[in-house]
Amino acid sequence: MSCDFSGTLLHAYLDGELDAMRAAEFERHLETCRECTATLGAAESLRSSLQRAQLYETAPIGLRNELRKKLRSELKGSTAGANGSTITAWRWLAVAASLLLITGVAWFAVPHFRPEAPQSSVTSTEIIDAHIRSLQAGHLTDVASTDQHTVKPWFDGKLEFIPPVHDFMDEGFPLIGGRLDVLGERNVAALVYGRRKHFVNVFVWPTKEPDTPIHPPGSRQGYQWVHWRHKGMEFCAVSDVSAPDLQELARLIIQSESPSVSLLK
Amino acid sequence: MSTTGQGKGWDVLESQDRARFEQLVLPHLDAAFNLSRWLLRSRTDAEDVAQEALLRAFRFFRGFNGGDARAWLLQIVRNTCYTWLEKNRQVELMTEFDEDLHQQSSATPEALAIAGDNRERLARALETLPVRFREVIILRELEGCSYKEIAAIISVPIGTVMSALARARQRLQRALTQPAEQEASHEL
Repeated sequence: MSCDFSGTLLHAYLDGELDAMRAAEFERHLETCRECTATLGAAESLRSSLQRAQLYETAPIGLRNELRKKLRSELKGSTAGANGSTITAWRWLAVAASLLLITGVAWFAVPHFRPEAPQSSVTSTEIIDAHIRSLQAGHLTDVASTDQHTVKPWFDGKLEFIPPVHDFMDEGFPLIGGRLDVLGERNVAALVYGRRKHFVNVFVWPTKEPDTPIHPPGSRQGYQWVHWRHKGMEFCAVSDVSAPDLQELARLIIQSESPSVSLLK
Repeated sequence: MSTTGQGKGWDVLESQDRARFEQLVLPHLDAAFNLSRWLLRSRTDAEDVAQEALLRAFRFFRGFNGGDARAWLLQIVRNTCYTWLEKNRQVELMTEFDEDLHQQSSATPEALAIAGDNRERLARALETLPVRFREVIILRELEGCSYKEIAAIISVPIGTVMSALARARQRLQRALTQPAEQEASHEL
């Protein structure tokens, strides 16, 4: 095996566990790496075999009933040992807490990621899930307005930052509204734009990382996303519209935040 | 009797606990059973161990602070399975975990698809994997857990989940496309 990616990174990609930037990066790598293409093909084939084979074994019906019965008698027997079980429970809590800490630390210190690339810690799966979730009835916007002067103040006091909000109606991306969302356990602002009959979610949250250009788009399950950082904010735009459309919207957002243009707006 | 009143207090408290337990944890009984069945490679043993694990979970239930009930339960199930294996089939836990990764599977997706189409063969291949590889495949592919959940369930960093999955998939591919006797000698 010669390719560094075909080990762990490829599997994280297959499982939708790469952040948006790395997933897109890996896709570009796939275009030129035959080894990774073959390995990914084999891994995907294995996955669909596992799913087709229906290996999941459900509990026998009797087990559930028996458990209910035992839980009731467990109650009667456990009163005497109540103290003991409380101690065990606390011990478990401590174990769980330290585990969480370890996992948390490990998440940022995973050695398989190349350290020079900044970690955005939001995975492509999370972004696409959030996008799909938003498309369910009544979930798209908390504040529905095409007026940026209504949408922007709405975020004030709801988040610890105020996202840049602009309407791009003239450029073919009318502002539809905004809402609060959660990505990777952080609160983010979601701005919703229209593009013909489709919706684009632009997720925004603060970052301490330096600016990064609009990253080549990633794609999964028919959704595309682009990622960039600008002036202390991190952005991820996701939609089923074409990748060039997304890149255009990203450019518009960046331009509107540069001083000369924002005076006009 | 003075103790009766106290006993009743406990009863109320505990029957509330039980209702919450039945609502939050018991729905994951299938997940508990499935994990036990694949770790122990036996339905009968899995029934006993899954039951024991759920009763243990109930005793620890006050320490459960909300959150992901399935991951919380599966962590207990896994520990109970390992304790059982230690007692009954210690050899299985001694199988070498770090094995040579550089032996890449040469199987084509087509060959894999054909081999994988046979449920029996797939189940057998899965059962030949060392338990530490088997568990990540079960949790990821059958149970659909995220890396974060798997990391919590098997108590390792996320990076380890990733590399364990990579190796497990490779070994499973090899087990599927290799003739049985070769796989047997390989295990030695």
